Amino acid sequence: MKQTPSQTVGPFYSIGLTRQTTNVLVSDATEGQRIGIEGQILDGDGKPVPDAMVEVWQANAYGRYHHPDDKQEKPLDQSFTGWGRSGTDKNGFYSFETIKPGQVPGAGDSAQAPHVNVTVFARGMLVHAYTRIYFADEPANANDRVLNSIKNKARRQTLIATGEKKDGKAVYRFDIRLQGDRETVFFDM
Amino acid sequence: MKIQPYNNRDWKSHPPYLYEAYGSSVKRGPLQKLVPITQTLSEITGPLFSDIKLEQGEADLTRSAQTGIEAMGERIIVVGKVMDEDEKPIRNTVIEIWQANAAGRYQHPVDQHNAPLDPNFIGAGRCVTNDKGEYRFLTIKPGAYPWLNHANAWRPAHIHLSLFGPSLVTRLVTQFFFPGDPLISLDPILNSIPTKSGRRRLIAAYAHDVTEPEFALGYRFDIVLRGRQATPFEKSGR
Repeated sequence: MKQTPSQTVGPFYSIGLTRQTTNVLVSDATEGQRIGIEGQILDGDGKPVPDAMVEVWQANAYGRYHHPDDKQEKPLDQSFTGWGRSGTDKNGFYSFETIKPGQVPGAGDSAQAPHVNVTVFARGMLVHAYTRIYFADEPANANDRVLNSIKNKARRQTLIATGEKKDGKAVYRFDIRLQGDRETVFFDM
Repeated sequence: MKIQPYNNRDWKSHPPYLYEAYGSSVKRGPLQKLVPITQTLSEITGPLFSDIKLEQGEADLTRSAQTGIEAMGERIIVVGKVMDEDEKPIRNTVIEIWQANAAGRYQHPVDQHNAPLDPNFIGAGRCVTNDKGEYRFLTIKPGAYPWLNHANAWRPAHIHLSLFGPSLVTRLVTQFFFPGDPLISLDPILNSIPTKSGRRRLIAAYAHDVTEPEFALGYRFDIVLRGRQATPFEKSGR
C-alpha cells in the first residue's frame, strides 16, 4: 500500500484543530521544572505567519516518553502526556507551558540532549515540517548526535532556544523561519 | 534498546514544499535540503490519546450540539479504513475533520466568501478508529468555494483530515475530494502531488454499500500511514 499524500492544513484549520486549549502540557501534579516556550513563525520575507500551527512532543522530566515503545526503566508521570498544540496569533506567535524534558537515548545508545520535537503546519505548507527545540543552557548539547550532524554552525544555531526569566519562570524563545538566510533546520525522518 | 524504525516519507506520494502554482507555498515552503535523522525514541513514539473521551455526536456534523437542529445540505456518510503500508489496521487512532458548509463557506472569521453561513453547522468533528481501523462520519457534503490563488480559482469540494497514527513520523494532515468533480483537475493543491496515482488516492469512492436508503449517500476514503521497517536492528555504536 502506498502512503496517502499530504495536503496543507489551509487557512481554516482552527475550526477543526485548535478550538480547545491544547498548549498547556502541565498540571499542578506534573513533575519537573516549569518552562515556557514561545516564538514566532516567519515566512521567506520575514513576515509573521498568522495561520500556522505548531505541535510539540517531548519526554517527561525523567527522560521517558508516554508511549508503549519506550520501554526504559524510568518513571512515567501519569500527569504528563508530553503532547501539545498551538495555533499562531495574528503576529505569528505560538506558545506552550511545559516542563524541561529529561535526556533520552539516541543512536548508538548515546544520550541525546534534552529536546522538544516540533511539527510545523501552515497554509502554504503542503507537507508538515519536523524540527527540534534544544535549550541554550544545556551542556549536553555539545555531545548531541543530531546537533553535531549539522555541520554548518549557523544552521545548527537555528535549533537552540534561548531562555530568559519572566515572573520567576524560564521562558525559551524559539522562532521558526520557514525560509531565508536563517531558515530553521528541518529534518527528513 | 532496539529501535524498529518506520519507513521513510515517500516523496513520490507527497507534494514538494515548493509548488509554484500554489502561490502560498512560494514564501512558506522550506528551501534548504532536509537534514536526515536516524530515528530514535523521539521519532518512533508519539501522542496516542489513549484516554481520550469523545462526547456523543462528535462524529455527526449534521446536527448542532447546541440547538439539536439539522444543518442544511446533502447528508453524506463517510467511512474508511486507516492502515499502514503493510495493510495492517491502525486501531484507536484519533481522526479530526473540518470542512466548509453546503454553500462553500467555513465557520471562520477569515472566510469572507459571500455565501450563507449555517448556524447549525460548525464543520468540525472527531472520531476514533475501531479494532479494524475503521472510521465513520456523518456530515454534509461541502460546497466548492472561490479563492484568490489565480483568476477564477475555485477549490473543489473537500474535507480536511488530521491523523496521528502510532508515532511522530506517522503524522498526516490531508484532504479528500469527491468523485466526478470537474474542479479536481484544476486544483493546484491537489496537483502538487507529483504522481497521478497519488492524486487519485485523495479522491473518495462512491460506496453504494454504505449508502442508506431514504437517508444519505455513502463515500469511502481509506488512509495509509507510514509502515514499519521489517527488521529491527540492534543498535551498536560501540
